[in-house]
Amino acid sequence: MSSSDNAFLTALQLILHMDSDLFSIVTLSLQVSFVAVALAALAGLPLGAALALWRFPGRNGVIIVLNALMGLPPVVAGLCVYLLLSRAGPLGQLGLLFSPTAMVVAQFVLVLPIIASLTRQQVEALHDEYAEQLQSLGLSTTRMIPTLLWDARIGLVTVMLAGFGRASAEVGAVMIVGGNIDGVTRVMTTSIVLETSKGNLPLALGLGIILLALVTLINALAHLMGETAKRRLG
Amino acid sequence: MNAPTSILAPIADLRLENVSFQHRGQSLLAPTSLTLSGCRRTIIMGPNGAGKSLLMRLAHGLLTPTSGRVRWQGSEPVQAMVFQRPVLLRRSALDNLTYVLAIHKVPRARRKAQAMLALDTFGLTALAHRPARVLSGGEQQRLALARAWLLNPAVLFLDEATSSLDPAAIKAVEDAVMTFHASGTRIVMTTHDLHQAKRLADDVVFLHNGQLLEHSPADTFFSAPCSSQGRAFIQGELIW
Repeated sequence: MSSSDNAFLTALQLILHMDSDLFSIVTLSLQVSFVAVALAALAGLPLGAALALWRFPGRNGVIIVLNALMGLPPVVAGLCVYLLLSRAGPLGQLGLLFSPTAMVVAQFVLVLPIIASLTRQQVEALHDEYAEQLQSLGLSTTRMIPTLLWDARIGLVTVMLAGFGRASAEVGAVMIVGGNIDGVTRVMTTSIVLETSKGNLPLALGLGIILLALVTLINALAHLMGETAKRRLG
Repeated sequence: MNAPTSILAPIADLRLENVSFQHRGQSLLAPTSLTLSGCRRTIIMGPNGAGKSLLMRLAHGLLTPTSGRVRWQGSEPVQAMVFQRPVLLRRSALDNLTYVLAIHKVPRARRKAQAMLALDTFGLTALAHRPARVLSGGEQQRLALARAWLLNPAVLFLDEATSSLDPAAIKAVEDAVMTFHASGTRIVMTTHDLHQAKRLADDVVFLHNGQLLEHSPADTFFSAPCSSQGRAFIQGELIW
């Protein structure tokens, strides 16, 4: 009991003194996850909307696969990206393995199905309400996509948060493709694993607290934005 | 002002030829033929479930008939439709209007002025910057009419556009319909409100149970309907 109390105090001290190692780890974590989520949103939002509006053979299959991939184990995603980027792999030439870029790729793979699949659900629901009016106004199905995405924006913020939560919390994929190299690819989750196994509980706990605080802060901001927007826009 | 082109050229006739509609094997509209011509106000009447909205959606092209054809004699004119529950986008009233102009490729520099003019026409200027979806029901419906106005339609469809509004808002919508009509727009409107039909109709289409029973001038329909169901309907007796 007393040792974990000590660990907690040490953790708070590390945070308050803004330890430089800690700072670089936190920054890299946020950078990797933000870039991965941004790229996944760029691809996933139109993909989800297109899937909501277009009818084509095999559509149900695509939806099922995307839904299943929402639960893709991070280690499996990491392994696939590892095979892709390793020396002998098809993209080995790029020399990306054990770099932050590889971590972005792995998190992109994890987050894309979440964003695409949840976007499809949101846009499909909105389309049920808007379809006749938009059709009457003369919009083609393709032209409806940006309109519906924009009008679903409040719900889509939550979708992207779900993606960010997945990206920032996972450890398996970034561990495999990043390698947890000190000062290069070490992020919050991989250091927590490392420090815990070394018995350096204060640093592990400090990182854990920061991770929780950041995720809470981002969710709180998004929630407040959403509530304000809902009140204002109806 | 937004002078509709329909003043200059006659509006093409809309012909429904043996149009029927089935959904999951159930016939919702029996084969129906109907011609809508000129710059008239046609009111489609009938009890709930008669197929009024369905007929209108087929005419407007939102639904494809199971059999038969919907044909414009001549080039298809610009059409607009106002729904029972207006679907407005999550943005300001003004932006809802400039959006439609953008869709129809009006140059950006001209959009705002046109939209403000339409807001003014329907008495909405003060609400220009309010979010459209928090307006009252009547204001939303007027905004939907202003949006339709910007399309400059030769034919305006209205589907139970006043059924959830208070008397003042109903009056405003009816005035708007008259504004459209005065500028040369053909009106096709469904309602189950007899008084409204009497106020607005040039001719009446009467539907019952998915069948078109009458299409006659309003005077004729209200004084001497030729079907027993039509008689029962205008006497306010419930028919199913």
